Amino acid sequence: MSVVATSSRFKDNAHRALGDGQLQKALGNVRHNFIDRRAQAAARLPEFDALRDQARDLRDHVLAHLDIYLDIYTQKVTAAGGHVHFARTSEEACRIITDLAKARGAKTVTKGKSMVSEEIGLNAALERNGIEAVETDLGEYIIQIRGEAPSHIIAPAVHLNQEDIEHDFRRLHTWLPKDRDLTAPESLLAEARATLRAKFLASDIGITGANFLVAETGTSVIVTNEGNGDLTQILPKVHVVVASIEKIAPTLEDVSGFMRVLARSATGQDMSVYTTFSTGPRRPGDVDGPEEYHVVLVDNGRSNMLGTDFQEMLRCIRCGACMNHCPVYHAVGGHAYGWVYPGPMGAVLTPSLIGVAEAGHLPNASTFCGRCESACPVRIPLPKLMRHWREREFERHLSPATVRSGLALWAFFAKRPKLYGLAARIGVKILALAGRSKGRFAWLPLAGGWTKYRDMPAPQGQTFQAMWKSRGGAVR
Amino acid sequence: MTETSQIRATAPKVGLFVTCLVDAMRPSIGFAAAKLLEDAGCEVIVPPQTCCGQPAFNSGDRATTRDIALQVMDAFAGCRYVVAPSGSCGGMLARHYPELFQDDPGLSAKARAFAAKTFELVSFLTDVMKIERVDARFAKRVTYHDSCSGLRELGVQTQPRKLLATVEGLDLVEMRENDVCCGFGGTFAVKYGEISGEIVGKKAENIEASGADVLLAGDLGCLMNMAGKLSREGKSMEVRHVAEVLAGMTDTPAIGAPENREA
Repeated sequence: MSVVATSSRFKDNAHRALGDGQLQKALGNVRHNFIDRRAQAAARLPEFDALRDQARDLRDHVLAHLDIYLDIYTQKVTAAGGHVHFARTSEEACRIITDLAKARGAKTVTKGKSMVSEEIGLNAALERNGIEAVETDLGEYIIQIRGEAPSHIIAPAVHLNQEDIEHDFRRLHTWLPKDRDLTAPESLLAEARATLRAKFLASDIGITGANFLVAETGTSVIVTNEGNGDLTQILPKVHVVVASIEKIAPTLEDVSGFMRVLARSATGQDMSVYTTFSTGPRRPGDVDGPEEYHVVLVDNGRSNMLGTDFQEMLRCIRCGACMNHCPVYHAVGGHAYGWVYPGPMGAVLTPSLIGVAEAGHLPNASTFCGRCESACPVRIPLPKLMRHWREREFERHLSPATVRSGLALWAFFAKRPKLYGLAARIGVKILALAGRSKGRFAWLPLAGGWTKYRDMPAPQGQTFQAMWKSRGGAVR
Repeated sequence: MTETSQIRATAPKVGLFVTCLVDAMRPSIGFAAAKLLEDAGCEVIVPPQTCCGQPAFNSGDRATTRDIALQVMDAFAGCRYVVAPSGSCGGMLARHYPELFQDDPGLSAKARAFAAKTFELVSFLTDVMKIERVDARFAKRVTYHDSCSGLRELGVQTQPRKLLATVEGLDLVEMRENDVCCGFGGTFAVKYGEISGEIVGKKAENIEASGADVLLAGDLGCLMNMAGKLSREGKSMEVRHVAEVLAGMTDTPAIGAPENREA
């Protein structure tokens, strides 16, 4: 793990986020834009749900035969003149890439958007080796100049407003006229483009992620909306793809199936603006392309998930629909989750990658409303997987002592209906007497987590079972 | 044979799983559910019961959950159907019990058979008992919140609206984001009270903006959460379980409302 996690401080992070007016304003956009656009895109495609089933089944097939497909993929990359490097950990992945860069005397690398490079902490590793890393995706560029982590897997700067970005551009782009107009989002885009153009041309190595790695051809595929990925991988002499091992698609035909659900789920577009296929380095007669093509395949804990309750998480194609539809994400934003992957997919993946002892809050901070699962293009049962993490915590005695003892006390009664009935009758009688005049409580002992934020309605005074019995089963 | 006993002879025996919240907090919902079931031609029985097991299940305590699940399945063994006035507890019984025992050859068939006879109240009335209308009057403007488990685990969405449309004088107006979680989530509401409070705050805004005078839903947990937020923010809103309105049993004070002094 190269990025310092603050997931264990989730509650503090969330508290800060809830008090941050600018953040709350920005999160309002997530709530509506992404959800409405996805719904419209899905409605335009009658076979959308059938495509989701196909995508799920195909991802399952890949995961069941991952070793075979990785082998074929490696052979095809090599046959096309590229090089494949396997990295077991973040550290190994960073070392492979920094060694490649140092051996070529690289001073500047440009980067397309890549979540796995965030996961392995690649930028920090490059900088420790005296190599400047420049993010070329607009959102990634913005958070890089702010020294932040992405707050969303496809919209890394979604936590910011236009005025936040304008402020940072004025602070950093000091060579530009002070009186320039940056009030329109387009002007920010134009300024970032002009600034990045020089970086593209000076870049020694281009690093991109991959949405898919095609086994049949040894091809890496990226989808972007800005075209920055193309400039990143075409202009420098060396193109390095960094991707996690589960990104395999068996064939190009299969990629087209995934593409039909990916952008629709992510942004509600039928297709992303750019879809770029790269196979090996430039061949004689090619008009452009890098001289060298490398792929760094990162495991970093994923092979340990195969064959476990959490294998289904590896179906994820990183569209972000789960967080777009999550009420908890809408409330606190991505940074509160404290590591690279936020929202429901992060609540399952993060404990898998950095351990449930550190990330234990994440699978607990869910109402299990199930909206994530209902939006997931590959139908990952996210609430079920979060619950599996809660089971691991319970088994390992990681859940708080107060929760465990409260649960044990409740279970003692819940397993003894007669005793439970007696306790319930006494309890509700007392509560009802205390709460009768107002009909609710503004404060209750042991329920501060509830009554600090809302009233507790008072009970009617008797239990249903006692009343039913005394009335002999009569309805009125 | 009297006429009543003839009906009894053919009436399906329905075990009312009243849910622990209704049992303790608001028995009037249980009676409304029983009335609706009897009006639909069912014989209602109430076997001894505590809880569906969700507090343990969602806290990761599978062993306790299985114990409680077995207790529930045994208590309702003699029933043709099991009906709960809750999508959340209904979802637990109908969706998660089979999951709990799926690797247990001795019990998985039992759990699946139990799940197959278990329903949420309103969808049971429309989908199984084929009820088209109710005999009730409630001349108010209401809005309906789709509780998550009922909606996404059991497909409860059109059924309550269909029956509400037959309540005399009732005007249903939809709020924005009626299918978005209210932030209750069981123990989540206490463990992550601040986040839960924020989510239910947004829900309260949508409820108020709908212009309705009454908020209805099919789950008491969600209703207590939303009623508690609305009253904390000083908003006057009558909050009730949908069964109370469908059964025409709205003479009790609403959820979180003071005792009816004149009554």
